[in-house]
Amino acid sequence: MQDELKLLEEAVEKITAKAREFGLDFYDMYFEICPADVIYTFGAYGMPTRFSHWTFGKTYHKMKTMYDYNLSKIYELVINSNPCYAFLLEGNSLIQNKMVIAHVLAHGDFFKNNVHFRKTAGHMVESMAGAARRFREYELKYGRDKVEAFLDAVISVQEHVDPSPRKSGGAEEDRPAAEKGKSCAAAGAGGGGGAGQSCAGGGAGAGSGGTCAGGTCIGGGGGTRAGGARKRRETPYDDLWELDDRGSERPDQKEETKKFPEQPEKDLLLFIMEHARDLEDWQRDVISVVRQEMLYFWPQMETRIMNEGWATYWHLRIMREIDLTEEETIEFAKMHAGVIQTSRFRLNPYYLGLKIFESIEKRWNEPSEEERKKFGRPGGEGRKKIFEVRELENDVSFLRNYLTEDLVKELDLYLYKKQGQEWKIVEKDWEKVRDGIVAGLTNCGYPYLVVEDGDFNRRGELYLRHCFEGSELDVYYLEKTLPYVHRLWGRTVHLETVLDGKKVLFTFNGEKVGKKFL
Amino acid sequence: MSGKYVISRDDWSLHRKGELDRQRHHEKMKEAIKKNLADVVSEESIIMSDGGKIVKVPIRTLDEYHFRFDQGKQKHAGQGDGKSKVGDVLAQDPQDRKGGSGKGAGEEPGVDYYEAEITVDELAEMIFEDLGLPNLQPKKKPELPADTVEFKDIRKKGIGSNIDRKRTILEAIKRNAWKGERGLTKITPDDLRFKTWDLTHKQESNAVVLAMMDTSGSMGPYEKYIARSFFFWMVRFLRTRYQNVQIVFLAHHVEARETTEEEFFTRGASGGTRCSSVYRLALEIIQNRYNPRDYNLYAFHFSDGDNLASDNELCIKLVQDLLQVCNLVGYGEIEGPYYYTSTLRSAYKKISDPKFIVVTIKDKSGVYPALKKFFSPAQSVGN
Repeated sequence: MQDELKLLEEAVEKITAKAREFGLDFYDMYFEICPADVIYTFGAYGMPTRFSHWTFGKTYHKMKTMYDYNLSKIYELVINSNPCYAFLLEGNSLIQNKMVIAHVLAHGDFFKNNVHFRKTAGHMVESMAGAARRFREYELKYGRDKVEAFLDAVISVQEHVDPSPRKSGGAEEDRPAAEKGKSCAAAGAGGGGGAGQSCAGGGAGAGSGGTCAGGTCIGGGGGTRAGGARKRRETPYDDLWELDDRGSERPDQKEETKKFPEQPEKDLLLFIMEHARDLEDWQRDVISVVRQEMLYFWPQMETRIMNEGWATYWHLRIMREIDLTEEETIEFAKMHAGVIQTSRFRLNPYYLGLKIFESIEKRWNEPSEEERKKFGRPGGEGRKKIFEVRELENDVSFLRNYLTEDLVKELDLYLYKKQGQEWKIVEKDWEKVRDGIVAGLTNCGYPYLVVEDGDFNRRGELYLRHCFEGSELDVYYLEKTLPYVHRLWGRTVHLETVLDGKKVLFTFNGEKVGKKFL
Repeated sequence: MSGKYVISRDDWSLHRKGELDRQRHHEKMKEAIKKNLADVVSEESIIMSDGGKIVKVPIRTLDEYHFRFDQGKQKHAGQGDGKSKVGDVLAQDPQDRKGGSGKGAGEEPGVDYYEAEITVDELAEMIFEDLGLPNLQPKKKPELPADTVEFKDIRKKGIGSNIDRKRTILEAIKRNAWKGERGLTKITPDDLRFKTWDLTHKQESNAVVLAMMDTSGSMGPYEKYIARSFFFWMVRFLRTRYQNVQIVFLAHHVEARETTEEEFFTRGASGGTRCSSVYRLALEIIQNRYNPRDYNLYAFHFSDGDNLASDNELCIKLVQDLLQVCNLVGYGEIEGPYYYTSTLRSAYKKISDPKFIVVTIKDKSGVYPALKKFFSPAQSVGN
């Protein structure tokens, strides 16, 4: 065992040196070897120190079962933090670990340098641990079932946060102090990336993606607002006056006509946390924690293809440079092949990301005549360009800018859809395929909802609107989720969406879900 | 080490978080199943399974609901092998296996509800939790097993004749393996394992259950399925709970006959219906084989109620005869797609005996309430 650690140390030394030579720039690294059940726990929770909830147990059970039946394997898990934690699966062979280490270093580089992670590295490991501790206290104080039921509700809308840095400056600064003393430096890292056989990656990703929350205070829903203060209008027709002002709302408007919220608010969790009337302090804390953690995980979710592609690109190059025996070479080739295995039903982020980075490098190294003339690309700048890309893009922009016609053809990408009982390929035109993929990645694949009115019907009801962009919502799920929102908001909640081209309003009043066409 | 990296290997054996939440999930799953027992009880995959193994129970309450797109209407991206073209079929959804008799499940997207895995035994335990044989009476016991000896413990000391050879050898192999040696060399005294026994006193009353089922032509596959679901659980329940229960299977159309258990559950039949035939047979069997003074007798009859009208009077009389000797007589009527006004059930309204219980089952979810009604030990009926 000591020998093993010794060999591993040597390998890390060599690989780290090689990575630096290539220009990778990562945080200090903590490598930790741990047994399968621990690594799968981390995979399910997205972070070792996260709070407890049965949904994590469910994910863990699924992942662990897959592992037990040898259907998938996570070789490694890396946490976005400074220093960067990487967990290696006990029982990995030395060569497996070498590849994993090379892979992980590139993730570290990505975490440190990609602009979307700018606000994430920091104390998330600790702050998640703190939150977990507080949640346990709440359980003791208010009862496990109560806390669990509340968490169920919060988790059902956890992806509705606003990770975009708002242009209206200062949003961060005037964020209300609700975040229990956790400064904006929350940081961290998370789980997703299992290198590994195709399913492994997917499983891990789903685990953290689906259930995570966290992050920094990037999101800016205009923090301070006069909570719900709003004068009653004098006559029922006064709202007609508002028509004159449509589209020209200005802050200097009269108090009476002010909308609440003034602008549609994407950060549903923040809105509920600040404005739901009947929540207790501990409940607001729970919402705040889930929101922070979602914000923390968000950059990982929105750069998955890039991040994995980047790591795959580099583990290939690093492994090519270090000395391997014949046997090791074959084992490495096998493993790498497993990682980039494609599927007819989903995109493999490792493979897609790798191919795009390679294509960018090539196009900037040897630009075509046209590219030289049109864009003034001198050639030979491939490496420089991919470093720039890894710094500035996220998956949406990465694909939109760099998924070329040639790549779509080479990779044989397509869109498919359910028709009757069959799942059929419906689109091969490269631009439509590209746009289809990008659309699926927008808002990390979640429906985009906004709070339209926090005082609907002047009865303090919550009116949400789904910004419809062509994809209908799952009505069954919608009707099951609305009651959760009601549990948080404490009053009747509405959701406007579009079905069959018509606007529909779903309403849950505490007893049943109603539906009416608008 | 350069200080830029650290490799460590900690003791993780106390890390139980995932395990704990997994248990919590399992608990919730069981709760959910319990709440849905009515639906689960008649789940085809369970009734059709040969018991003992793991079955999948669909539970929707443990889905993690959130706002999401309709998967069936969305376009997804995939990657081909280079030769894909528009119109290629990637996969086909399995035909809806709920088909037909299920209640309005069609609207729900069948994509990914959560299937809990659970053994039939675990499930049976939940179902049987508060069931029991009603009105059980102490009877003379010709067949009562004497104190039974059960070997159920293994110890390191014991009498030579009770050596557990298999375990002893295993121990020896294990011990060798620790030392890195392969195979079996020598058995040391420390390896020896002995079986030991416990004496159990089972003071139980004898009981006989007469399972009677209408297999006439009017009992369609659906009605038979319901009746069989009921008897499936009844048999399982009796076998797990009572050591000394005999079950007699009787099937009838115009005529009745005694069948084996397997025939009872699998054989179809056709023809008209004369329920009196089966009651008569039951009475005969009781008279010849099971003296009511020695046995607790239970009779359960399932039918669609579509009996020969002229036979109804006789049935009433025979049921009353049965009530004389039985602790409980149960009649379950499965309401078919057609509605009869003159079913056997309405004829039975004339019988007013607390030991006579009638249930009607409208659909699959009625099986569990029927079980509960027939087998509620709390029923205190004077005898």
